[in-house]
Amino acid sequence: MKRAIITVVGKDTVGIIAKVCTYLSGANVNVLDISQTIVSGFFNMMMMVDVSKSTCDFDKLSDELDEVGKSIGCSIRIQLEDIFDMMHRI
Amino acid sequence: MISIREIQETNRMIEEMNLDVRTITMGISLLDCIDSNLEVLNQNIYNKITTLAKNLVSTGDEIAKEYGIPVVNKRISVTPIGLIGASACKKSEDFVTIAKTLDRAGKEVGVNFIGGYSALVSKGMTKAEELLIRSIPLALSSTDVVCSSVNLGSTKTGINMDAVRLMGEMIKETAELTKYQDSIGCAKLVVFCNAPDDNPFMAGAFHGVTEADCIINVGVSGPGVVKKALEQARGKDFEFLCETIKKTAFKITRVGQLVAKRASEMLGVPFGIVDLSLAPTPAVGDSVAEILQEIGLEHPGAPGTTAALALLNDQVKKGGIMASSYVGGLSGAFIPVSEDQGMIDAVLEGCLTLEKLEAMTCVCSVGLDMIAIPGSTTAATISGIIADEMAIGMINQKTTAVRLIPVIGKEVGDQAEFGGLLGYAPIMPVNSFNCEAFVNRTGRIPAPVHSFKN
Repeated sequence: MKRAIITVVGKDTVGIIAKVCTYLSGANVNVLDISQTIVSGFFNMMMMVDVSKSTCDFDKLSDELDEVGKSIGCSIRIQLEDIFDMMHRI
Repeated sequence: MISIREIQETNRMIEEMNLDVRTITMGISLLDCIDSNLEVLNQNIYNKITTLAKNLVSTGDEIAKEYGIPVVNKRISVTPIGLIGASACKKSEDFVTIAKTLDRAGKEVGVNFIGGYSALVSKGMTKAEELLIRSIPLALSSTDVVCSSVNLGSTKTGINMDAVRLMGEMIKETAELTKYQDSIGCAKLVVFCNAPDDNPFMAGAFHGVTEADCIINVGVSGPGVVKKALEQARGKDFEFLCETIKKTAFKITRVGQLVAKRASEMLGVPFGIVDLSLAPTPAVGDSVAEILQEIGLEHPGAPGTTAALALLNDQVKKGGIMASSYVGGLSGAFIPVSEDQGMIDAVLEGCLTLEKLEAMTCVCSVGLDMIAIPGSTTAATISGIIADEMAIGMINQKTTAVRLIPVIGKEVGDQAEFGGLLGYAPIMPVNSFNCEAFVNRTGRIPAPVHSFKN
C-alpha cells in the first residue's frame, strides 16, 4: 500500500466531496479515511488514500487534482504520507 | 494516525514559512577520470558527470511533487580539480579548460551550480594547486555555474600563509575581471579553514577524496519556521526558547532525511549526509537575522548577538542530530549579509559591522559570508581578514570561511546587486590600517598546541 494525504481547503459549497471522490474513483484511488470540518464558512478536509493501484502516476494525479480544485474554487493538494510521519512521529 | 492539525502544521511551514529543501547535491568523484592528456581528461570528466547526474534535476522535481515541498536547488560537487588536473595541466590556462568543461557538463544536466574547482592547500601547495589557484579569476569570469573554494588551513596543519597571501590577490583579480557585474565572480569563490568533505552548500561544496564514488547530500533550510515558532516564546525563559528551537530543528531535519533517502533510492546512489543549516534567502520571512530579533535583539549586531547566535546554533544542532544519524557538512546557522534581508537592514542601520560579524563567526557554522567591501581594499588587507578568520577556525576546531566581494568602482554608501539567491549588499567599511608586513611573511602559521592529541 502506498498512502497519500489529500487536503482540500476552500469556501464551502455543495458537492466538494462528491467531485473529489468521483475523480479519485475514476483514477482507481481508494479512500481509506476522511475527516472534515467547517470553520466560519471555510471547508477543510483531509483524506487518506491508497494510490498503489492508481491508473495514473503521482505527477498526473497531483496536476489533475489541482484542476479539480480550481473548478470548485478550492485548493487541493496530494502528498505522500511519509512527510507527515517523518515530521511528527519518532 | 496523523491528525489534521499535524498536516496543517506541515503545510503551513511549507506555504507560509518558506520551509524547503535548499539543495540536493550529488557528489561525484573524478579520480578515475585522471589522464595525462588534457583532452582525454576533459572528455572523461564531461562523460562521467553527464552520465551520473543525468536524472538529478528530474528526480529533485519529482520528489518535490510527491511530498509537496519545494526542492530549490539541484547541484553537483566534484573532487578538487587541483588533484584531478595535476598530471595534465602544465599552465593555468589548462586548468581553465577544465572549468569550462565543468560549466558545460553542469548546464547539460541542468544544475544551477557545480562546485569543486578547488585546491586543498592547508599545509602546502603543489605546483598544480598553485596553477589552479592562479587560474581562478579567469575560470570564474569565463564560466557561469562553476564555484571555487580553497582550503587554506586546519586545526591539524596550521595556516598556509603563502596561500592566504595568494588568495588575497586572486580575490582582487576575480573582482576586477567581473567588475561589470559588481564583481560577482567573488560570490562564487570561498576560502576555508577546516573545510568539510561533504558540504552540499555552495560556493564551498566539493567532493572530498575520502568520499565514495558518488553520493547524495541534502541541505535543508527553514529560518522562517524557526522564527515563526519563536513567536510563541516571547517573554519566556531560556529553557522554553531552547526547547522550541530544538523541536523545530528536529522537524525540519526529518524532512531533509526523508528527501535524502528518497533521492538516493530513486537515483541508485548512496545517501551521504543531511546538512541541517539555517540558510537564509533575500525573501522576507526567510531570515536568520529575524530569528535573532525574535530572540530579543533590535538588530543583529546589538550587544548580546554573539550569545544569541551561539544559543541558536547549538539548539539547531541538538534538535537536528536526533533527526538524522548522518548529519554532516556545515550544519548550523549561516550569517551571509547579502542573502539575508535582516542582515542588510542591520548594516544599513549602522548596527552591524565587519568586526561584529567576525565575532559572530566564532559561534556560527561558517564565516564572513557574502560581504561586499570597497573595491579599493588592498589584496593585503583582504589576506589579513582571511588570516584572522582562518585563525578562529584553527584555534576553535571549527569550519570557518571567507567570501568577501571587493566591488570594483564602489565605496561605502554604495550598493552591490548580485541578483537571485545571491541578493544585494551595502558596501561595508573595512579597517584599512596596514598589515602588509605581516601578510608578506612567507611560510605558514604552525598547528596549535591542542592539535597534538595523539
